[in-house]
Amino acid sequence: MYMNTIKKILGLVWMCLAPAIIWFLVAQAIQKIGLSTDLTRSNVTLQWVIILTIFTPICIGFFIFGYYGLKGEYDQLPTSSKDVE
Amino acid sequence: MSFVTKPSKISLVIGASSVGTLIEWYDFYIFGMLATIISKQFFPSDAGTSALLSTLAIFAAGFIVRPFGALVFGRLGDIIGRKYTFLLTLVLMGGSTFAIGLVPGFATIGWAAPILVLILRLVQGLALGGEYGGAATYVAEHAPANRRGFWTSWIQTTATLGLFLALGVIIFIRSNQGVEAFSAEWGGWRYPFWMSIILVVVSILIRMKMSESPMFTKLKSEGKTSTNPLKESFGHKANFKMVLLALFGAVMGQGVIWYTGQFYAQSFIETVCKVEFVQSRNLMLWAILFATPFFVIFGYLSDRIGRKWIMMLGMLAGILTYRPIYQYFLDATNAKNRTEKIDLAHTISSEKIATVDVKDRTKILVVQKVDTAYLDGAIFSYTKTDTLQIAAEFSDINASKIQYVQVDPLDGTQFDTVLLQLKSSAGLNLDTTRIADVVVLSKSAKPTILVEKTLDHATYWNLIWLVFVQILYVTMVYGPIAAFLVELFPTKIRYTSMSLPYHIGNGVFGGLVPFLGTLIVEFTKTTDNPAGDPLAGLWYPIGVASICLFIGVIYLTNKVDKEVMD
Repeated sequence: MYMNTIKKILGLVWMCLAPAIIWFLVAQAIQKIGLSTDLTRSNVTLQWVIILTIFTPICIGFFIFGYYGLKGEYDQLPTSSKDVE
Repeated sequence: MSFVTKPSKISLVIGASSVGTLIEWYDFYIFGMLATIISKQFFPSDAGTSALLSTLAIFAAGFIVRPFGALVFGRLGDIIGRKYTFLLTLVLMGGSTFAIGLVPGFATIGWAAPILVLILRLVQGLALGGEYGGAATYVAEHAPANRRGFWTSWIQTTATLGLFLALGVIIFIRSNQGVEAFSAEWGGWRYPFWMSIILVVVSILIRMKMSESPMFTKLKSEGKTSTNPLKESFGHKANFKMVLLALFGAVMGQGVIWYTGQFYAQSFIETVCKVEFVQSRNLMLWAILFATPFFVIFGYLSDRIGRKWIMMLGMLAGILTYRPIYQYFLDATNAKNRTEKIDLAHTISSEKIATVDVKDRTKILVVQKVDTAYLDGAIFSYTKTDTLQIAAEFSDINASKIQYVQVDPLDGTQFDTVLLQLKSSAGLNLDTTRIADVVVLSKSAKPTILVEKTLDHATYWNLIWLVFVQILYVTMVYGPIAAFLVELFPTKIRYTSMSLPYHIGNGVFGGLVPFLGTLIVEFTKTTDNPAGDPLAGLWYPIGVASICLFIGVIYLTNKVDKEVMD
C-alpha cells in the first residue's frame, strides 16, 4: 500500500521531468548553435538535431510511463502472460 | 506447459545462436574500434575534431536505428519464426560490414564516401536490432525454467566476446602491417571488415541446421501466432506499460553501464589519457577476458536469487565509482610513472612545415595551420589554431633562442610569401648559404596519436583491474537481462516486445555514451580552460543510471516467472 502511494507520487514526478528534459535540451541546442562559428555551425546543428530527434519521443514515452504510474497501472505487476494479453 | 530440451541439444542451440550473435557484435564493433582512422578516410582531412564527432555520430546512427530493426525483424520473428528471421539479419549484417570495407575514401569519391558509410551503418544497425531479440528468445524458449538465466547468459557473453574478437583482429593486423600501411586509404584497417564475410558464411551454415523454437512451432501449428505483433505489443496498454517499465526501469541503465565500461573506458584511456594504441587495447583485452565468465555466473545467480537486485547493484556500483575510477585513470597517466613517446613524424599536424638554418645555428621552423604540434616536449607546443605561425625551434640550443611570429592567414599571406620574407629578413640574420636548403618537411594529415604514453607495469595492471571492475558491473546488469525480458512478455509477441526496449536502452541510451560523453566534455571547454573537464562526460551515464536505478528499485519485482511458455 505504502509502495503504491510512492509509485503514484513518482508517476507525477516523471510526468513533470519529461517536458523539463525536452525544455532543457531545446535551450541547450539554441545556446550551443548560437555560440558556434560559421565553420562549425552545420556540424553543431546536425548534432543537436540528432539529439532532439532521439530524445523527444523517449521523453514522451517517459511522460506516458509517469501517467501509467500515477494511474496505478504498476501497483500490481502481471504474474502471468494472460494478464498482459 | 513446458518444453524440456535435451542437454546435448541445448548446447547446440546456444552454440549456434551465440556464434551468429558474436559475429554480429564483431561486425558492429570494428567500426567503433577504427573510428579515428575512419574519420580520416571518409571525411575531409582538415575537419579535425568535427570529423571524429561526425564519425561518432555515424557510429551512434547505427545504434539509433536498432529500435527500428527491432520493430521490423521482431514483427517478422513473431509471424514467420525466430530461426529464419535471425538468419536474415545475419546476412544483412555480414553484407553491409563487408561493403563498408569496399567504400573508397573521401580523397577518391568525396562526400559520397561518408554518405555510403552512413547508409551501410544504418543497415548494420537494423540487422543488429533484429538479431539479439531473436537469439535470446530462441535460447530462452529452449531452456528449462530454473536455468533460463544461466542459459541465456551465454548469449550475453557474445556482446563482450565480439568486442574481444574485434580488438584482437585489429591489433593483430596493425602489429603485422605497421601503422602507416594499416592507416592508408586501402590499408589494413579494411581487412577486419572483409573478414566478416567468411565468419558470416560459417555462421549461416551452422544456423541453417537448427530447428525452430518448440514453443513457436506449437503456437504456429495451433494457428495462435500473432497476426499483428506491433499492434499487440504497443497498442494494448497492458503490454505497452510493461515495455515502458522494461525500458525505464532496467534496460536504460543497463545500456549506459555497458557502454561506459566497454567503450567509454577505452575511448577515455586512448584519447584523454593518451595511452599508447596497442597498450590501451591490450589492457581492454585482459579486462574483458577476466570479466567474461561473470556473465554466466550472474546469469546463474539470477536463477537462484532473482534478476532485479543483481542488476540494480550493478547500476549502483557504477553510479558510485565511475568518477573515482576515471579520476584515477587521469592521475595515473599524468604521473611520472609513464614515459612519453614523442615522434616528430607523428606529432606535427599542419599543411606545411619548413626549416631555415641561420648563422647562429638557430633553426627557424615555419609551420602553417597547426592543429597540434609538439616538438622536443615543452620547447614547442601549439594546440588548435588556424593562424599561420612561425616559430624557432632547436634541438641543439636552449629555449631562450626560440622565436615565435604569428601571422593571421586571413589577411591573404601565404606560406611561401612568409617564407620568402623570412629568408630576406635582415633582422633574423639568415645564413644566405643555407637559404636554398629550405625543405618542406611535411604536408602531413592529422596524426593518429599525438603523444603516446607507455605505462609502466604497475600502472598498466592497475588500469586493467579498474576496467575489469567496470566490466564486472556490465556483467551484473547484462548477464540476467535476457531472461528478465523474456519473462516479461508472452510468447506470441515476445520477439517484438522485448526487442524494442532492449534496443532503445542499449542502442540509444548506451550507444550514445561515447558521442554524448565527448560532446559534454566539449561544452566544458573555455578559453581559460581549453582542455575542459575530462570527467564531465561521465555525468550522462551516471544521470541515466541513477534515474533507472530509482525506477527499478521502486517499480520492478524480483520474482522469477517460472512459466514463459504461455
